[in-house]
Amino acid sequence: MFADYTSAELLSIFAMQGFAGLILFSVFVLMALGLAIIFGQMGVINMAHGEFMILGAYVTYLISNLFSTYLPSLFGIYFFVAMIISFFAAGALGALVEWSFIRFLYQRPLDTLLATWGLSLILQQIYRSVFGAREVGVTLPDWLMGSVPLTETIEVPINGLFVMGLTIAIAIAVYLLMYKSRWGCQVRAVVQNRPMAAAVGINTAKIDRITFALGCGIAGVAGSAFTMIGSTGPTAGQLYIVDTFLVVVFGGAASLLGTIASAFTISQAQSTMEFFLSGSMAKVLTLLTVVIILMIRPQGLFAMKVRK
Amino acid sequence: MLAIQDYSVAYGQSEVIHNMNVTVEPNQIVAILGRNGMGKTTLMKSLIGMIPTAGGSLKLDGKELSQQKSYERVKSGMAFVPQGRMIFSTMTVKENIETGLTTTSQKNIPENIYELFPVLKEMKSRRGGNLSGGQQQQLAIARALASNPKVLLLDEPTEGIQPSIIREMARTLRRIRDERGLSIVVSEQVLSFALDVADRILVIEKGHIVQDQKREDVDHDKVASYLSV
Repeated sequence: MFADYTSAELLSIFAMQGFAGLILFSVFVLMALGLAIIFGQMGVINMAHGEFMILGAYVTYLISNLFSTYLPSLFGIYFFVAMIISFFAAGALGALVEWSFIRFLYQRPLDTLLATWGLSLILQQIYRSVFGAREVGVTLPDWLMGSVPLTETIEVPINGLFVMGLTIAIAIAVYLLMYKSRWGCQVRAVVQNRPMAAAVGINTAKIDRITFALGCGIAGVAGSAFTMIGSTGPTAGQLYIVDTFLVVVFGGAASLLGTIASAFTISQAQSTMEFFLSGSMAKVLTLLTVVIILMIRPQGLFAMKVRK
Repeated sequence: MLAIQDYSVAYGQSEVIHNMNVTVEPNQIVAILGRNGMGKTTLMKSLIGMIPTAGGSLKLDGKELSQQKSYERVKSGMAFVPQGRMIFSTMTVKENIETGLTTTSQKNIPENIYELFPVLKEMKSRRGGNLSGGQQQQLAIARALASNPKVLLLDEPTEGIQPSIIREMARTLRRIRDERGLSIVVSEQVLSFALDVADRILVIEKGHIVQDQKREDVDHDKVASYLSV
């Protein structure tokens, strides 16, 4: 399969596909960070995670329309506003969902799986009724259009760079929040032992709600970023949810670093192989590799070793 | 100070603690002795709110606690060191103690906690799960003290700990009581430790208190007969 290309061409292909893989990696990381908090930390299997992401995408779509109709002069910065509103919209929906049923289902993974799957169907239908079944896209502001030529054959899209920057910023923020703040300390205590955390004075119900909302809010931001590289439809979230779970499980459920490393491996493997093989073949190979590695290391790539 | 009145605890229909009446005086160390399955852990867990109360009242300085959630009880002045220590094993020693500060307004761990347990200061950036059993026990006590309690509950603190450290723990608990002026309730199976640490010995048998004596007046053979199978 490499025979049709010269070595210079091959290099460019690897570089460009590698960069496309980096953009996919960024969206994976944003999606997976939210899920790593909800699934990895709280143990809730949230099948509606993709729909929270799509909520963020639709919010971004609405905001971009609002700006182009009423505030065309400020169109260049609409994306930042959209991101913040997406975060709070998805976070608020997350808090509502946690309060209305997730909190009764902790420690019952199968029930949560069914309940959140139902929720994802409900949300998809709501999106379909409100926004229509057709996919919608947003217009990017001018400064995000175009690409930076690195060499004659290699070009790097600006929106991709922006998504990557955003991902790094959010990943650092989540790390600081979980590992350096008093709140993160309480979250980890609740996650490890809910009754004991309550017995040292932590209001576990409140921590659960905020944690779930934060995970959903990050999914909302992921949705915002998603609008730059794909078009938004009611079922777009479903395409990503399996991959996202794969990333979190492969990385080791409770480890943020593992999540990032596994998102990188999976997205790079996918994107490079997709160019040379068909998309489904690439997926088959990725899944096979992940299955084999998980058979050898069931706890995931990065799992913490301590005495229980 | 801590008043337990007509207190009962049940798992569904089966009542484990029956109409218990105990009053703990300020600055007093009380040991509750009993064999396995007599209700010690059930009583301790229900006092901190991990198991709901079936009836009766639990008052601390006149304030009713029996309907409060665990974290509210901690705020009211209760603190709990569970059986098996249950420290947060993937968190560092420092973070473990900091979880205890949640109900207080303090930001930093008070120095007097490290004075009680100097080994914890040395190991403050190690993961809790990597400490030895005795060190984990000290960590669990430090975590409970961080919330500045009026009553400290310990559930079988000597379980799985070597004899020389058990004696040291008795001294430490008395020192904590003397320095901080709090009351301590400790459930125990080891009579020698209970006699070392407590001012007053209670014996629990099938959910009832069957003996209640000052340490000086304890009839060793009688108490030992309750502990032997």
